[in-house]
Amino acid sequence: MGLFDGLGGWVAFQLLKLSSNSQIGSAVQFFVSDSVEVLLLLAVMIFFVGLLRTYVTPKKVRKWLGGKSEGIGNVLAALLGIPTPFCSCSAVPIFIGFVESGVPLGVTFSFLISSPMVNEVAVALLLGLFGWQVTALYIASGFTIAVIAGIIIGRMHMEKEVEDFVYEIKLKESGEKDRRVTWSERIEFAKTEVKDIMQRVSLYVLAAIGVGAFIHSYVPVNFLLGVAGRGNFLAVPVAVLIGIPLYSNAAGMIPIVQALISKGMAIGTALAFMMSVTALSLPEMIILKKVLKPKLIALFIGVLFVSIVLTGLLFNAIIS
Amino acid sequence: MKIKILGGSGCATCTKLEKNVRKAVEELEFKAEVEKVEDYAEMMHYGIASTPALVVDEKVKLEGWVPSVEELKKILQAEV
Repeated sequence: MGLFDGLGGWVAFQLLKLSSNSQIGSAVQFFVSDSVEVLLLLAVMIFFVGLLRTYVTPKKVRKWLGGKSEGIGNVLAALLGIPTPFCSCSAVPIFIGFVESGVPLGVTFSFLISSPMVNEVAVALLLGLFGWQVTALYIASGFTIAVIAGIIIGRMHMEKEVEDFVYEIKLKESGEKDRRVTWSERIEFAKTEVKDIMQRVSLYVLAAIGVGAFIHSYVPVNFLLGVAGRGNFLAVPVAVLIGIPLYSNAAGMIPIVQALISKGMAIGTALAFMMSVTALSLPEMIILKKVLKPKLIALFIGVLFVSIVLTGLLFNAIIS
Repeated sequence: MKIKILGGSGCATCTKLEKNVRKAVEELEFKAEVEKVEDYAEMMHYGIASTPALVVDEKVKLEGWVPSVEELKKILQAEV
């Protein structure tokens, strides 16, 4: 916000000659300045997280977390989950690998929660559209939820609720030493990541910023105050429920949520919604069903749901 | 040469790796058998930590990302 307002204004008012107090003029200014800033931030962020990922690989994480106890293990797992995003189809190999390497179940869940919740795409969008305070709040609460939910799941001693075949698998540690990765390979990898992820999300981001710009300019202020304002407690669980099927669209949700906040949606409700979009993902649950029995899946979803809703209510109560 | 792609069904990046590998093999005109492994128990025998992974003659060559066709050609040529 701010950085590219001049550019947005120039496009809207000079280039397209729209009136500076028209709704369409302000919508265009919003769209141009926000999308340039967000796309730039996104590319830079993906590049650096990509570089980091060549150092923090799931294989190393598995080694670091093996045999760690409750508490320290959960904190470490949640921390390592932040720079280590994985595609939801990797959830099963990561899960089996962790269990086989002696990572406690609760610690494994801390990683499985923090990894998708705090990812570079969500963080770049939050930074670009909300500023650093909300971003810090999001990262801190994602981290805390991952630690606490992991500890709770660990305390329930659900080891029997993991599919039996998982314990029968023998990990073959390859005898060969990992090849040294060169700098140019790391940069190549980071560049590939930028290309792949930008290709996948830019269209969603642009469409969502467009919808956001429309909402900003055409929807009356305080329009949502009654339905999604701080006073409506029910709005938080409802927002979390709506977020579940919207997985993989964090990029397309955050710009819209930003616009909704300016129309009266409470910040806690908005944060809870975004966490649900990233962390409570339907496809990931379906994939995890291959290794978890229904009881453990239900516990996983239940604990996450409750902690996200409580976090949303807490922020609504303390932030005005 | 025996090539295996390790990756669950319904995983977009895994399908992309398979596509790129087949293309690389075709362009190199290698006589290679390309097979997709979707069974997790079998995948984990290779000690991988993330998918998709590429196995050439029972050795894990890469995991967790999808290189371009050109880079895959280099990896495969190094195995001859």
